[in-house]
Amino acid sequence: MRVTFTANGKPVEADDVWEGESLLYVLRERVGLPGSKNACEQGECGSCTVYLDGTPVCSCLVAAGQVQDREVRTVEGLAEDDGELGLVQQAFIDAGAVQCGFCTPGLLVQTDALLANDAQPSDNDIREALSGNLCRCTGYEKIMDAVRLASARTCAKAVSE
Amino acid sequence: MSTRTIQGQKNLQDIRQASKDGIGGSPLRPDGNLKVKGEFAYSSDMWHEDMLWGMALRSPHPRANILSVDISEALKLPGVYAVLTHEDIPGSKFYGLEIQDQPALAIDKVRYHGEAIALVAADHPETARRAVKKIKVEYEVLTPIVTEEQCLAPEVHGYVHEPHEFKSHGYGNICHEQKLVSGLGVTDEVRALADVIVSGTYEVGMQDQAFLGPESGLAVPAEDGGIDLYIATQWLHVDRQQMAPVLGLPEEKVRLTLAGVGGAFGGREDLSMQIHASLLAQRTGKPVKIVYARDESFFGHVHRHPARMFYEHGATRDGKLVFADCRIVLDGGAYASASPAVVGNAASLGHGPYVIPNVKMHAIALYSNNPSCGAMRGFGAVQAAFGYESQMDKLAAELGMDPVELRQLNAMSEGDLMPTGQQIDSPAPVAELLQRVKDMPLPPPLDLDDLDVRALPGALSNTSHGEGIVRGVGYSVGIKNVGFSEGFDDYSTARVRLEVIGGEPVAMVHTAMAEVGQGGVTVHAQIARTELGVEQVTIHPANTEVGSAGSTSASRQTYMTGGAVKLAAEAVKYALIDKGRRRYGWTHQDITLAGGKVVSESAGVLVPMVDLLGDEAIDLTREHHHRPTVPFDKETGQGFGHVQYTFCANRAVVDVDVELGLVKVVELTAAQDVGKALNPLSVVGQIQGGCTQALGLAVMEEIIVKDGKVRNASFTDYLIPTILDTPPIPVDILELPDPNAPYGLRGVGEAPTVSATPSIVAAIRQATGIALNRIPVRPEHLTGTL
Repeated sequence: MRVTFTANGKPVEADDVWEGESLLYVLRERVGLPGSKNACEQGECGSCTVYLDGTPVCSCLVAAGQVQDREVRTVEGLAEDDGELGLVQQAFIDAGAVQCGFCTPGLLVQTDALLANDAQPSDNDIREALSGNLCRCTGYEKIMDAVRLASARTCAKAVSE
Repeated sequence: MSTRTIQGQKNLQDIRQASKDGIGGSPLRPDGNLKVKGEFAYSSDMWHEDMLWGMALRSPHPRANILSVDISEALKLPGVYAVLTHEDIPGSKFYGLEIQDQPALAIDKVRYHGEAIALVAADHPETARRAVKKIKVEYEVLTPIVTEEQCLAPEVHGYVHEPHEFKSHGYGNICHEQKLVSGLGVTDEVRALADVIVSGTYEVGMQDQAFLGPESGLAVPAEDGGIDLYIATQWLHVDRQQMAPVLGLPEEKVRLTLAGVGGAFGGREDLSMQIHASLLAQRTGKPVKIVYARDESFFGHVHRHPARMFYEHGATRDGKLVFADCRIVLDGGAYASASPAVVGNAASLGHGPYVIPNVKMHAIALYSNNPSCGAMRGFGAVQAAFGYESQMDKLAAELGMDPVELRQLNAMSEGDLMPTGQQIDSPAPVAELLQRVKDMPLPPPLDLDDLDVRALPGALSNTSHGEGIVRGVGYSVGIKNVGFSEGFDDYSTARVRLEVIGGEPVAMVHTAMAEVGQGGVTVHAQIARTELGVEQVTIHPANTEVGSAGSTSASRQTYMTGGAVKLAAEAVKYALIDKGRRRYGWTHQDITLAGGKVVSESAGVLVPMVDLLGDEAIDLTREHHHRPTVPFDKETGQGFGHVQYTFCANRAVVDVDVELGLVKVVELTAAQDVGKALNPLSVVGQIQGGCTQALGLAVMEEIIVKDGKVRNASFTDYLIPTILDTPPIPVDILELPDPNAPYGLRGVGEAPTVSATPSIVAAIRQATGIALNRIPVRPEHLTGTL
């Protein structure tokens, strides 16, 4: 089948899609957006998290056909329009929250969604919001630091604007 | 900047400060931008025009004879390009890290659940899956050999490897063994010297590395008949060494390039899909990509050895250890993998960081029809630490002593002898590390008036609002070796090139080091900056065009390949200075490089590096060998076997819901001596990550194997810590230089994984009063329903 949708603001079209393919497979293998990662393919690890019509979802659990005419935003769409890193992306680098980086794309999308809803989450709010995103390298401490840093920068930016 | 320098300028302080991103700083990762943009190319992201997808058929039985394999139906499926069995292998049919006992594809029998039997290449992963299902295998299913008792009675229960095909150093179903005796050993006379004796049997479940990036890679057939493989691994050269004979190729025709690695933790030391993808590429003449799904990943790599251990310790009434008698049985599963080295570690480190005058130890690894076990972070030292640290707590209770004071009373320090007879010849601040975690402020007690269920045992399951919750505190300390041991020369190679690019001196570092997330690439650039006084450093992709870097394991990469980068950079520095001496006739004996300039301590700036270099590039390669070690004596375990030792101490604070048996680790504190923190941000990250994997082993993680069959090969059923399960991890870093090591550094990655687990179990014991002789601790162990 043919699937057409919007990815990171641009129209995309995938042909010869097998009905059993996931959105994750189509993103990674058919439309050149391999940033979202496949680490469990059953919605446990969160590495494949993308925005679907503004809501974070595990793209491995979304059938490709379900995204027809809808909007998808992936980790590749988190940078600013001028190519500069987004605020959450920069905070993850600055805080040392990236080691192997395989969980990072999903965590970035989930953190972006968290801060969009609540710019000043408590530590327990952060832990709850990110509890569906597994990381095996960092022990999560630097990820907590990164989200706190992104929160502080978000608030500072809001004040200055 | 450099061109504006005035010759003879003497403010070297300012010039040196320009290089703030050298060693000791925490510059950002060079791969960080790509990783946060989703543009970093992991092995599972590899893509090639016309590539095929490879997949393996795996055995559903842990032990069976293969009576027949019929691939005809699979071959008929449209889109299928090849189906291979062992009969199609062009070269040697066996491979292995230390012992070549594993068939690349099963030959007439399978020895573990998940063993690969046949391979398919197809145009779509779903086509490959369907083709795999169409391969018909006729099995004669046999009773698997899975328990210690069964393994040790092969004449009754059978041989995992028949005597005529046995390739390891052991015998029967024993893959490897190591004995050790020191002092007077443990005899009745020695026992009589002890006022108190405590003993226990301890068990450790099978832990998985559970790296997030699945085993994957792309094999591309080359015009010269060779293979180019883009792969996630821990050691490119040892992969090639194992692959080439099976592919029937000389090593130089098997070229490996490191693709992005999504974590490793030991699970990528052995081959997974390397040979399989290459065989399919050879057969089809097309690029073949293999990516394991998570369930296949659980079958596709070795795990941490489960262990059954008996420990007996004797001490005087005032707490001085008199003897330790230990027996450690590790289940190595079907194939040897790294079992011999794991046994060596368990035997030589299995008494812990304590001075014990009399020791007897016997460590063995079994062959069984359970999943193969090999390298995982901590490597034989993890299992033992649960045993000896549980014993220390038991002994402290028996003596009525504080468990930290008992440990400190017996703690080893520099100058002491290991039970192997090896003298500890660099700092070993065991007692101080314990004191540091003990002295850190405790987290506030549970406030029943201001509860957040998310921070309680059970968390979002909302199982308690504070009732039935008891707090406990536990301590532990551990010892780990750094680098490969027992006479192995795991040297590293580095190539450093210095040239002028865009008017600036630029260094390039080329090694075959596997960057698996640890940050070696950051550190290599830091070393080059420090040694060469440059700002700009590029890291060449890791491949087999340069010499071996050894494995990214055994906490060794910064020590070994970092050391090689240091040697190569120093050689480049001296070559440049020599060039200056020849050209300018310098006679100063105090010349070095800093801030892009050649400087003399006495005469100030001599010349900008760009002027001296001109159009010439200085490009030098050096090998770094650690000091030699020797194998342990088979019977006595004596010998200078390890390169370096590393120590970490932990304090765990836990809340236990004693009614439901749920545990929340409230805080996990670590103190570790790292010799010299080349990159403090990365060092802390390693320690926190290592502690968290130890937390997983303490209370969550186990591959459940029943009658040889894996029952929980998924992230739904094999649980690793989430951010909600993981507490704050305060880290206290000590930097006592090791005079034998580059910059005095001490390997970092594994020590916390060794030491943290027992502290958590000790805390749960303190909260519940339950003995807890098995990890992971499960709710049923705490509620008495087991």
